[in-house]
Amino acid sequence: MNQVVVDLLKKTFPDSIIEVKEFRNETTIIVKKENIVKISEFLRDNPKCQFNYLSDLCGADAYTPENRFEVIYNLLSIPLKHRIRIKIFTDETNPNVPTVSNVWEAANWCEREAYDMFGIIFDGHNDLRRMFMPEDFEYYPLRKNFPLMGIPNSLLLPDTNPKK
Amino acid sequence: MQTSTLDYRKVRQEKIIKALGNKDTSVQFDDSLENAMVLNMGPQHPATHGVLRLLLKLDGETVIQCIPELGYLHRGYEKLAENCSYHEYIPHTDRLDYLSPLLNNTAYVLAVEKLLGIEAPRRTQFIRTIISELARISSHCLAMGALAMDIGALTVFLWTFREREKLYDIFENLTGARFTTSYTRIGGVAQDITPEVKKMMEDFINQFPEKLFECEKLLNTNRIFVERMDGVGVITREKAISLGMTGPNLRAVGIEHDIRRVEPYLLYNEFDFEVPTFEGGDCLARYYVRLNEMKQSILILQQSLEKIPQGPIHAFDTKKVLPRKERIYTKMEEMIHDFMLINIGAVPPIGEVYHAVEGSKGELGFYIQSRGEGQPWRLKIRSPSFCNLQSLPTLIHNSMLSDVVAIIGSIDPVMGEADK
Repeated sequence: MNQVVVDLLKKTFPDSIIEVKEFRNETTIIVKKENIVKISEFLRDNPKCQFNYLSDLCGADAYTPENRFEVIYNLLSIPLKHRIRIKIFTDETNPNVPTVSNVWEAANWCEREAYDMFGIIFDGHNDLRRMFMPEDFEYYPLRKNFPLMGIPNSLLLPDTNPKK
Repeated sequence: MQTSTLDYRKVRQEKIIKALGNKDTSVQFDDSLENAMVLNMGPQHPATHGVLRLLLKLDGETVIQCIPELGYLHRGYEKLAENCSYHEYIPHTDRLDYLSPLLNNTAYVLAVEKLLGIEAPRRTQFIRTIISELARISSHCLAMGALAMDIGALTVFLWTFREREKLYDIFENLTGARFTTSYTRIGGVAQDITPEVKKMMEDFINQFPEKLFECEKLLNTNRIFVERMDGVGVITREKAISLGMTGPNLRAVGIEHDIRRVEPYLLYNEFDFEVPTFEGGDCLARYYVRLNEMKQSILILQQSLEKIPQGPIHAFDTKKVLPRKERIYTKMEEMIHDFMLINIGAVPPIGEVYHAVEGSKGELGFYIQSRGEGQPWRLKIRSPSFCNLQSLPTLIHNSMLSDVVAIIGSIDPVMGEADK
């Protein structure tokens, strides 16, 4: 089933597919980030794919000099009952990625979460606020250079000492 | 007549200002019927099931816009996962969906086992199926009771909690803890099911359908309950799929999508059960889906307790599965393996996996990226409550303020999971 999708994608977008990986019977297709919206629409609407359900969208920090951030789309087809993973890369200096929230509405909050945690900016997103952290927090906590213990004084907490 | 009412109102307002009695206080009275009001509901509101904050824009009593605010229970479990070994992370999964910790344990361990390429023995798979279904009943009991309590029927809440109490007694005898169970291990479970616990489980499933029927009798034909739920918070099929609703909420719009059937894991393809679906897409349909799921869970439990075989409960893979304590103290080799597993951890190959189970709230998945180290490089929790909450603005739009609590109760979010 996954092979059909991979072949279809290779035929339709011959220069956008960078790599196809197979691990534990799961297929990951790495594509160019410029074409992600077109590929998403194709995967959603093509009768052989019908990926109408965005199961998950998340960011990841590969911590490499180039192509530092990954955005991973975990797609599920409810009518055809199959799954596929699409992955795109983006840079540290220019972490912009086109939004897919117009393709699947479920991407809205997931993209906000990825922005909150990694600082990946989704161009065209209509409401790119932080999801969990306060709006005035300066750092992106799931980046690999953010320490586990946090950064002292980065969050303004209420004063718990009794007043003198 | 008109003027005298106005005068009366003015006098009353002056009295209120006087009663406030502080010259720093200024009060402005607008005609509340002509202004949209923003109401801040939560984060400490009893009907929001935790620390969910909603900003509601009201026109009279009708909600015209709703903005959920999350993050009040954000503890950074994905960051923590990158700094613990695969074994160390198991207790943290209890704290995600704290109403069904056994399901989270099972989901996490199955994802890690898929990454490591090992499989638990058959008896363990039976045990995991049993605890998953018990956890589902426990969670749905709370969802049902809390939903009824939110709209004013307190009795059902007490009755479902009585059932949950029996379940917690079983969990305590089985795992040693009532709430934070941390029961599963990579390649196995912590303790075997003893005959005593098996007896408790059988007693529970023998009496539970009757008790459930009593709750059903209180609610299903209760006119107040039905009228508060019927046709409230309606969502269409297309919108529900597009917004990523999962679990019972997705099945309440008539889509027969259950991970236990679609991507069978554990032993679900050996058991005979149905996936209940309802067409309404409203609060009542979501309530009925949960109610019928509990009955199906009882069926699965009956079959699995009948068929459970004898055998080992740990997979035999010394480099990945923790050895038994009594052998660590007496055998050299086991001691070395234990030392390596605790200090370095079970080391999977380089790769990435995603494994989803049908949790009590929906598709609970763990996406793990491994770089061949003892810790995951990236672990993403696909939490069903987060995805279900995203549909809240759509469900609430144009409904009454008093329906908001019914809608939140019917989609059954758990903030520990939504905020991670």
